[in-house]
Amino acid sequence: MSRPIEIRTSPHLKRARTVPQIMLGVVWALLPICAFAVFQFGLSALLLLVTTTAVAMGTEYLFARLSGRGNTLNDWSVVITGLLLGLTLPPGFPLWMAAVAAFVGVALGKSLFGGLGFNVMNAALVGRAFAQAAFPVAITTWTPGFAPGRFQEPIPSTLTPPLMQPIPVKDWIGGLNIDGFTGATPLALQKFQHIEVSGLDLFTGMVAGSAGETSALLIMVCGLWLAYQRLLDWKIPVGVMLGAVLIALPFWLLDGGVYPTPWFVLCSGGLMLGAWFMASDMVGSPETPWGALVYGLFIGALTVVIRLFGGLTEGIMYAILLANAAAPLISAVTQPRVFGTRKERRS
Amino acid sequence: MGIMNFFRSTKTFAHGIHPVEHKEQTADKPIRRLGFAPELVLPLAQHRGKPARPLVKIGQEVVRGEPIAEADGFLSVPLHAPADGVIRAIDLASTAEGPKAQAIFLKVHRASTQEVLYDLHRDLDTLSAEELIAAVQAAGLVGLGGAAFPSHVKMKPPAGRTLETLVVNGCECEPYLTCDHRVMLERPDSIMAGIRIVLKATKASRAVIGVEDNKPDALARLRERIPADLPVTVEAVETKYPQGAEKMLIKSLFGWEVPAGGLPADLGIAVYNVGTLAQMGELLPRGQGLIERVVTVSGPGIFRPGNYLVPIGTPLRFLLEHTGMSEQAGEVILGGPMMGMSVASLEVPITKAVSGVVVLEAQDPDLAQRQVLPCIKCGACLEACPVKLNPSTLGQLAQHREYGRMASDYYLDQCFECGSCAYVCPSNIPLTQYFRIAKAINREHQRKPN
Repeated sequence: MSRPIEIRTSPHLKRARTVPQIMLGVVWALLPICAFAVFQFGLSALLLLVTTTAVAMGTEYLFARLSGRGNTLNDWSVVITGLLLGLTLPPGFPLWMAAVAAFVGVALGKSLFGGLGFNVMNAALVGRAFAQAAFPVAITTWTPGFAPGRFQEPIPSTLTPPLMQPIPVKDWIGGLNIDGFTGATPLALQKFQHIEVSGLDLFTGMVAGSAGETSALLIMVCGLWLAYQRLLDWKIPVGVMLGAVLIALPFWLLDGGVYPTPWFVLCSGGLMLGAWFMASDMVGSPETPWGALVYGLFIGALTVVIRLFGGLTEGIMYAILLANAAAPLISAVTQPRVFGTRKERRS
Repeated sequence: MGIMNFFRSTKTFAHGIHPVEHKEQTADKPIRRLGFAPELVLPLAQHRGKPARPLVKIGQEVVRGEPIAEADGFLSVPLHAPADGVIRAIDLASTAEGPKAQAIFLKVHRASTQEVLYDLHRDLDTLSAEELIAAVQAAGLVGLGGAAFPSHVKMKPPAGRTLETLVVNGCECEPYLTCDHRVMLERPDSIMAGIRIVLKATKASRAVIGVEDNKPDALARLRERIPADLPVTVEAVETKYPQGAEKMLIKSLFGWEVPAGGLPADLGIAVYNVGTLAQMGELLPRGQGLIERVVTVSGPGIFRPGNYLVPIGTPLRFLLEHTGMSEQAGEVILGGPMMGMSVASLEVPITKAVSGVVVLEAQDPDLAQRQVLPCIKCGACLEACPVKLNPSTLGQLAQHREYGRMASDYYLDQCFECGSCAYVCPSNIPLTQYFRIAKAINREHQRKPN
């Protein structure tokens, strides 16, 4: 034998999906949703997604280099953050604001904690929460989908010069000659005027809303593919949906005129995108099997509580961020029962 | 896993992994006898417990089968000469475990025959349980599945316990290994004879043979060879690693969990490997000792993979010269690749515990040394751990050197180092290796409390 043999300790075999493979799988699953966002909202959505992703990657690269962790872009996790952030913003969101949100999300939400695996909360949602606080008007300005000429020119507000207030879009929308567009999302219509948009339109995404959250059907298909590939824990999205229905159902039964149907609750707003792609983020969710379900239920229930009783129309973002913070606690109380032990002896 | 178990009819346990089996290389290779090496190296500690005490002097002539070292107390077994020859030295020798250990060096006579002349025929039916246990110890039998625990010790249950069930372990869940498979095919009657001995010695009322369902031929062969008067059943269990761990097999067969920190004897069960029972069934009626064992030699780095009947003490180099080894060999593993030990020297001898020699190539994708990334809490390790630990949290504690908390809060001592967590970790965190070190450090602290 000419070459030295190596000495290792067992196990000598290793065949697992690597972290980059997992993250790339999620990126693939997000691409159809991105494509639909671009199809629905045109050039603006494309620019938005490119901006958030590019800024997120740049921020990750910068901070990883500064902290001596080398190039961490190759684990693909920051691409997910960038895409998800873009998908949760209104399609006409000014690009400079999106860039700020992406920077804050990755810098404060991820890099400062030490990068992948150490962040407490979902970085995309940290960025969005910052945008919600900093740009309250822009982030609640909605534009209709399928506008004519959407592939030729962006929504006017998209190209707002940096540090300027967004260009008003009222006149632009008026010029589109779309009947009945009120500039409100289905959630706002339901909450303040108790008008429910058709369930089918909601399900397929023929409504106004954030760039990538409109089509519950598409998100679910992509999410199911991820679950089938075992790239996400199915217990989390199932928990979110179950939690939402459990809270929404009694109220709807009590007063269907004021409270939304459970079906509406599931398909409106960012619930689907949040359930399948943000709540299920591995880093921020409990690793224990029962913990995943508890965490999902908590998010679903909290989302509906915020929607029904809070000042905001949408609650999934804060629900996930809160659940992220609670995840270590949920993990701690849902440790698996170890083989051969009867009851938890931990106190 | 998970939901799918509801639809399965095969007996199994929760969690575990499905590594690529690689058994096709050797599963159809009949057991063949390996010749004698010029010199055999026989460590005195080839079993758990106290090392054997040499009975021979340097320069002494011995014949094949003759005892050359005696058991030192109950938790020890004797050693027999695997060939005719002369004792060259009693000195330190390389072992697979690392540190050198006392061993008897036997220079083999060229004319040494395969026949065992040291023979003492006896009628087992006339022996009492106590005499049978003594005979098993005298044969130098240990668990041949890899644990090397003295076989006779398990026949005597702890005070206050009785043994009701003999579990025969024919799972062979480690990738590459097929030696137990071949023994089940070629020596089923010897296994049955061994079962008869253990049932009599332990006064257990039944025996259950558990075999993974990837060996339908072995299952069929065993079923057709059950003697009419022997209370034996043969059960197929799911092919899943680590099905062959005794606690897992008991769970699969009966649904019972061996209590944490306890033994199968706590449930009235004794577990024996099929290879051990086959040897017992053959050796005891003749009053002979364990001097050879079946070893699977396999892996991408081996030219002529197969199952070999190897004299105990054969240096690895002699065995690998016989089977041929690739220039690209990167790692030589004694035992299976999930729990075995890689050796630093080819002078290491085949001992009673060595069920296989697996040679992996340096470029083997399974060996790939990948970058270690932070834990992303994906939970794959929790779904793999057969004893349902939380390797993710344990790994993070290990990185912070909180070894004490690993044991006190997260049941580190329940880990039997099967390697499933490290196998599935997408971040390539060497979890099993961490746990092995943590346990060693905890043992050290217990020995010297500060």
